[in-house]
Amino acid sequence: MSTPDPATQLEMYRRMLRIRRFDETVKTLFGRGRIPGSVHLSIGQEAEVVGACMALRTDDTMVGNHRSHGHPIGKGAALGPLLAEILGKATGVNGGKGGSMHLADFSVGSLGESSIVGSGLPVAVGAALGAKMQGSDRVCLCFFGDGASNEGYFHEALNMASAWQVPVVFLCENNGYGVTTAFSSISRVPDVAARAAAYGIPGQIVDGQDALAVHAAVAQAVQGARDGAGPSLIEAKTYRYPHHSEGPLYDAIAYRDASELAAWQARDPLPLFARHLEDTGIADTATLTSIEHAITAEVAAALEFAEQSPWPDPAEAHRGLYRTPIAGFDHA
Amino acid sequence: MRELTFLEAIREAQEQEMARDPRVFILGEDVSFNVYGSTGGLAERFGLERVRDTPISEAGFTGVAIGAALVGMRPIVDFTIASFMYLAMDQLVSMAAKTAYMYGGQAHVPAVFRAALFYNGGLAAQHSDRNYAMFMQVPGLRIAVPSTPHDAKGLLKTAVRDDDPVLMFEDGALWGSRGEVPQDDYLIPFGQAAVRREGSDLTVVAIGSRVREALTAADTLAREGISLEVIDPRTLVPLDCPTILASVAKTGRALVVDVGHKSCGVASEILATIAEDGFWSLRAPLRRLTAPDMQIPFSPALEKGFYPDAAQIVDAARRLLQE
Ligand SMILES: Cc1ncc(C[n+]2csc(CCOP(=O)(O)OP(=O)(O)O)c2C)c(N)n1
Repeated sequence: MSTPDPATQLEMYRRMLRIRRFDETVKTLFGRGRIPGSVHLSIGQEAEVVGACMALRTDDTMVGNHRSHGHPIGKGAALGPLLAEILGKATGVNGGKGGSMHLADFSVGSLGESSIVGSGLPVAVGAALGAKMQGSDRVCLCFFGDGASNEGYFHEALNMASAWQVPVVFLCENNGYGVTTAFSSISRVPDVAARAAAYGIPGQIVDGQDALAVHAAVAQAVQGARDGAGPSLIEAKTYRYPHHSEGPLYDAIAYRDASELAAWQARDPLPLFARHLEDTGIADTATLTSIEHAITAEVAAALEFAEQSPWPDPAEAHRGLYRTPIAGFDHA
Repeated sequence: MRELTFLEAIREAQEQEMARDPRVFILGEDVSFNVYGSTGGLAERFGLERVRDTPISEAGFTGVAIGAALVGMRPIVDFTIASFMYLAMDQLVSMAAKTAYMYGGQAHVPAVFRAALFYNGGLAAQHSDRNYAMFMQVPGLRIAVPSTPHDAKGLLKTAVRDDDPVLMFEDGALWGSRGEVPQDDYLIPFGQAAVRREGSDLTVVAIGSRVREALTAADTLAREGISLEVIDPRTLVPLDCPTILASVAKTGRALVVDVGHKSCGVASEILATIAEDGFWSLRAPLRRLTAPDMQIPFSPALEKGFYPDAAQIVDAARRLLQE
């Protein structure tokens, strides 16, 4: 297992912390009624998101899903425009047209999040196929949940990627549940990774709470894809601490028990990684504290930026449907 | 001038576009062996990377085309039969049509989706859909329905160069029809209807193969001294409303002929536009001739009469002129 250099490891820690603080802020804002629509948080899943994203180059592409804020942050997106988008502001990454579930930051290779479960899988195959046809060595990383692995899309995408040896890495974020439905209750096969065998591609399981383990697995898969070895499937076993999405709906439904949550929280990826950084001498307590302060300040600045940002001009709702506008549909 | 069939015109458009732009490639089932007749020789010329046989995975390969388009390629997807688009409905609606808008203009989807309409051939309910009107309900797509080999080539070339997703519906009734097609490179702009025949008594707006029926009807009626103006919109999105309205302003009467269904269909849309913006020039009620709101039966004895033909247009025109 190749270990990233200390600077990279510190950056991994920063990104994980960024996702955590960002999502905590979003949770608070949502609770105050400040965010339209729904939000799905990645709290608890930061290690797999960051471990995977940081195994990519900036010019590699990434496709995400509805559990959406972590992916672009992991890929290196700036926080201000992400938060502004979530608040529906003009300065948002999508100008207020996408919102929480559809964040996209093409400048860092984030090709967008789709909230139709599973729909990003073939799109990722296409992004990777395009890169291959262009003769570039760019790889596409595709995040999806255990729930999405039961959609037809999963099977079509894995088959095509395999048949065509496309440079895509499928990263299953197996947090055990699709909304309230336990994966174990709707699949006789306990591991999504096992399904890779049906498509003749490598499938492996990693500890999703261990950023370095995920990074190592994804880095190897990415290298293989870059070198022409084709696709692979990595299943990160992880857990979300919050419910499926924010709001009172899920609090009332007993679909998982407290001891399960507590067991996962005992292996919270952030303290786990902090301890690792200290144990290996990469960071001392003072360094970790200063990172903590820096991230807190960064998120506060993003919030300030988002809150101070103007609302989009209502006329903007009628623009941008087409790249080349059609009269009657949109206004240039 | 040289004549080509409708299919040959499509083949030639694809070949020329692939030669012109290395980003253009074809995805579809059984395309390398030219099973459906529009890719003859292309695999030999451009290779299997660019004439790519897909698994039978309509949702999957539609998504693949969208992803490839997002990173700068220009895919042409061949659905073969338009009925199969339902399997890819989610990708077409949720991804192709919405990406440019939803991501705030960060990306666009320059992909072409070709689909053939094979009604009137005993293929029964699941293979006979004429479903372009459904997609008119989806903002963000462009929709072309050519009626001649000449237009098929020019519209397809425009579609390939368009920066937005385009659905091109190829009316199976026209596949074997021949027409003059210039060899050279030419484009037919979207949103420009063709006035196929000038006339003064009644405007007939006809879609796809119904243009031919309308022209036949116009010949018949001309002998009775009735003059039809026949308009072929060529693209349904964008729809050339000014040309249609100008014609109705001249004739005072309008009939729309379409092989699609009646409810919420192309004809409904065109007539609503005329009712809204051309009402004061009307001298008679608006009429539509369409397929009934039924699924398509198998037996030729049952399917017969489902699609408005020249005789029905003649009848409708005569009645409209008496009203
Ligand atoms: C096609 C589709 N069906 C249903 C939904 C509603 N839905 C949104 S998220 C979700 C669960 C997805 O579970 P999973 O893929 O495991 O991702 P997770 O939320 O656990 O991260 C469901 C059912 C949807 N958005 N799209």
